Amino acid sequence: MRGHRFWSWLQSLPRHIVIIGICIIWLIPAIGLFVTSMRHRQDVNETGWWTIFSQPQGTSEYTQYCGECHGSAGDAITEVELFDPELIGSFTRSIQLRALLNREINGGLHVPEDARPDDQQLADILDHLKRESGITQRPRITYRNYQDALVGYRGTTSYAEDCAAGTQPTYYSCTFEDYFNERGMGRAFLNSLLVSIPATIIPLLFAATAAYAFAWLDFRGRFVLFALLVGLQIIPLQMVLIPISRIYADLGLNGTFFGVWLFHTGFGLPYAIFLTTVFIAALPRDLFESAYLDGASHWTAFWKLALPLSAPALASLAIFQFLWVWNDLLVALVYLGGTKPVLTYQISNLVTSLGGGWHLLTAAAFISMALPLAVFLLLQRYFVRGLLAGSVKG
Amino acid sequence: MSKSSAPQIMRQGKLAPFLYLLPALSILFVFVLYPTINTIGLSLQNRDSTASAATTCVDGEPCWGIFENYRYALTNEMNFNSFGDFVSSFLSSSYGNNLKWMLLMVSGTVTIGLVMAVLTDRIRYEKLAKAIIFLPMAISFVGAGIIWGFVYDYNTGGTQTGLLNSIVTSLGGEPVAFMSTQPINTGALIVVGIWIWSGFCMTILAAALSGVPTEILEAARVDGANEWAVFWRIMLPMIMPTVVVVITVMVINVLKIFDIVYVMSGGNFGTEVMANRMYTEMYVNFNTGRGTAIAVILIIIVLPFMWLNVKRFQEQEAIR
Repeated sequence: MRGHRFWSWLQSLPRHIVIIGICIIWLIPAIGLFVTSMRHRQDVNETGWWTIFSQPQGTSEYTQYCGECHGSAGDAITEVELFDPELIGSFTRSIQLRALLNREINGGLHVPEDARPDDQQLADILDHLKRESGITQRPRITYRNYQDALVGYRGTTSYAEDCAAGTQPTYYSCTFEDYFNERGMGRAFLNSLLVSIPATIIPLLFAATAAYAFAWLDFRGRFVLFALLVGLQIIPLQMVLIPISRIYADLGLNGTFFGVWLFHTGFGLPYAIFLTTVFIAALPRDLFESAYLDGASHWTAFWKLALPLSAPALASLAIFQFLWVWNDLLVALVYLGGTKPVLTYQISNLVTSLGGGWHLLTAAAFISMALPLAVFLLLQRYFVRGLLAGSVKG
Repeated sequence: MSKSSAPQIMRQGKLAPFLYLLPALSILFVFVLYPTINTIGLSLQNRDSTASAATTCVDGEPCWGIFENYRYALTNEMNFNSFGDFVSSFLSSSYGNNLKWMLLMVSGTVTIGLVMAVLTDRIRYEKLAKAIIFLPMAISFVGAGIIWGFVYDYNTGGTQTGLLNSIVTSLGGEPVAFMSTQPINTGALIVVGIWIWSGFCMTILAAALSGVPTEILEAARVDGANEWAVFWRIMLPMIMPTVVVVITVMVINVLKIFDIVYVMSGGNFGTEVMANRMYTEMYVNFNTGRGTAIAVILIIIVLPFMWLNVKRFQEQEAIR
C-alpha cells in the first residue's frame, strides 16, 4: 500500500507546485512592501529588500581583507581597536584608509599589494566599521518609517532625529499633536474613518427603510419604482462627478465630509436597496402578520423585526460599502482633495510629489492597508460574501 | 422582492410608504438621476458651459457642430494620415489601451481564477491558498499601485532595488524602465490588475464548481475519462453561465479602470485609459465639455455589459 500512496503523491505533485508557485508569486510583492517599510531609509535606497535576510554590506569584505589579523570583533590587535568610534570617526572617506594600507608596520607592508580591496570594497569596509563602532545608527529593522509616515515627514532625515537635534521644521512641535497634522498619514487615517463610517451607515439605513416599504407596504407603482431604482446601478460614478462638483460649489459642500457622505450614499443605495429588499421580503410572512395582529405599527415592525433579522445581509453589505469607501480614490480626490486628505489621497500625493521615497511610501501604504487586512482576516466570511454580492456595483 | 403583495392586515396611510422611501428617493434623484442627465447636457457645451460646443470649432479644422467635444474625444488621439498610422495611434490611445486591458486582464483573471478554483478544490490547505489569492481584493488600488511600483522600480545607475530589475540584471540583462517603456508599461499595469482581481474570479468560479454534482464527475472518471477531459467536457460547460457573469463583471471593471493608472504612470508614456483621460480633462485642464463627453462615451461602452450583468444577477437572485 505504501508504494501506491507514494505514487498518488507523485501524481498530485505538479498540482501542488502550481498552487504554491502562484501563491508565492501573489505574496512576494506584498512581503517586499512590508519588509521595506521596516528597513532603514538609507538601506532602502542602497540595497534590495531581500538583502535583509543576508549580511549587511561590507561584512564579507571586512572578513576577507581585515578579519584574519584584526578578528571578527576588531580587537585582536590590542593596540588598534577597529571598532573604536573615536578611531573610526577620524576617517571621513574611504580613500583615507587607502593610505593606511601602504604604511609599513613591523618591518613589512600593512597589507600586501596583492591582497588589497578595490575602492568599492574599501568603502564597504568603512561602512562596516562605522556601523560596528556605532557611528552610523542604522538598525536593520526600524519603526521610524512608520513614524515619519504618520507625521508626514518628507525630509532627507527622520522626524525622530531632527526632533532630538531640534532641527525640525517650525510646523512640527515634536509633541503628540504632530501625529494629527495635515501632512501626515495619522490625520489621513482619522479622516478616512470619518468619511467611511457615516458613508456606510447612512446608505444602509436609508436602504433598509426603502427595502421595508418595498417588501411589506402596499402602494401603487411598487414594482416599477423598485425596478427603476435598482436599474440605477448601471450608472458609473464617472458620469455624475462634474454636475455634483458644481452643485457642491454652489452649496459650499466641496471639501466637506458631508458632501462625500451624501455622494457615497447616492452610489451605495441602488445596490443596497436591491440586496436588502430581497432579504427582507424573504423573511417569514407569518412573523409580520402576527406582529401586526398584536398591534405593532410598521415602524415597530421595521425596527424590532425587519432590521435585526436582516443583520447578516446588512453585515455583508456594510463591510462591502465600508471597504469600497475606504479604498476609494476618485471621489476623495474630486470632493475632498487636499482640504481633508484621506489615506488614498495622501498616498497618491506622496507618489507624485516625492518619487522614490520608498521608505515612506511603503510605510504609508501599509498604514492604509492595516484596517482592510484586519477586516479581511477577522470577518473573512462576511467580507467575501459582501464583495461577491457587490460585484455589479457601478 | 416577493411577487405576492404585502399583508393587508395592517392599515397604512397613503403617505406611509413614501415616508419610508423619501430619503432614498431624494438622494438618488439628486446624486444619480439628475447629474446623469446634466452630464449629457454639459457634454454638448464648451469648456465652462457658457455656450454651445459648436462655438469651439476652429476654422479650417474638422467640426462636428454641437458634438464637437465628441469629435475631440474620439479622434484627437488618432492619426489619420494613413491606415498604418491610424492603427498605431489607436493602439497607444486611451481606447486602444482600454482594449488591451480588456483582452489581457479579463483573460488573465478568469484563467488564473479558474485554474486556482479547480486546483485548490478539496486540498488540505485550500482555505489558506484561496485566502492568499483573495487578499489583494481587500486593499486599495492605490496600495496595490505602491506594492507593484516597488516591484517595477528602476534606478538609472547603481544597484537595482526593484525586485524585477534586480532579477533582470542578475541574469545579465539590462535594467528596464518598466513605467516609461512602451508597450511594456501597459502590460506591467495590467499585471497589477490581474493580481488584484484574480481572487474575485476564483471565489465566484469556485462557488459554481462546488455546485457541480460529484456523481457526474465520478461517473465520468469511472468510465475512464482523464482529469483533462473531465475539466473540458464536464466542469467547464456546467459552470459556463457563471464564467460569462464573471467575464461581464470584469469587462465593466476594466473599462472603468482609473486608480492603478493614475497612481502608477499618470497616463503618461502611452498608458492613458479612458477614465484617467476623463479625469485629466475635467480636473487638470478644467474642460468640462470634453471631460463629460469622454464620460458619456465611457458609459455608452459600459452600458450593454452593465445591462447584461444586472439582468443575469437578478435572474440568479430570483432563483435563490
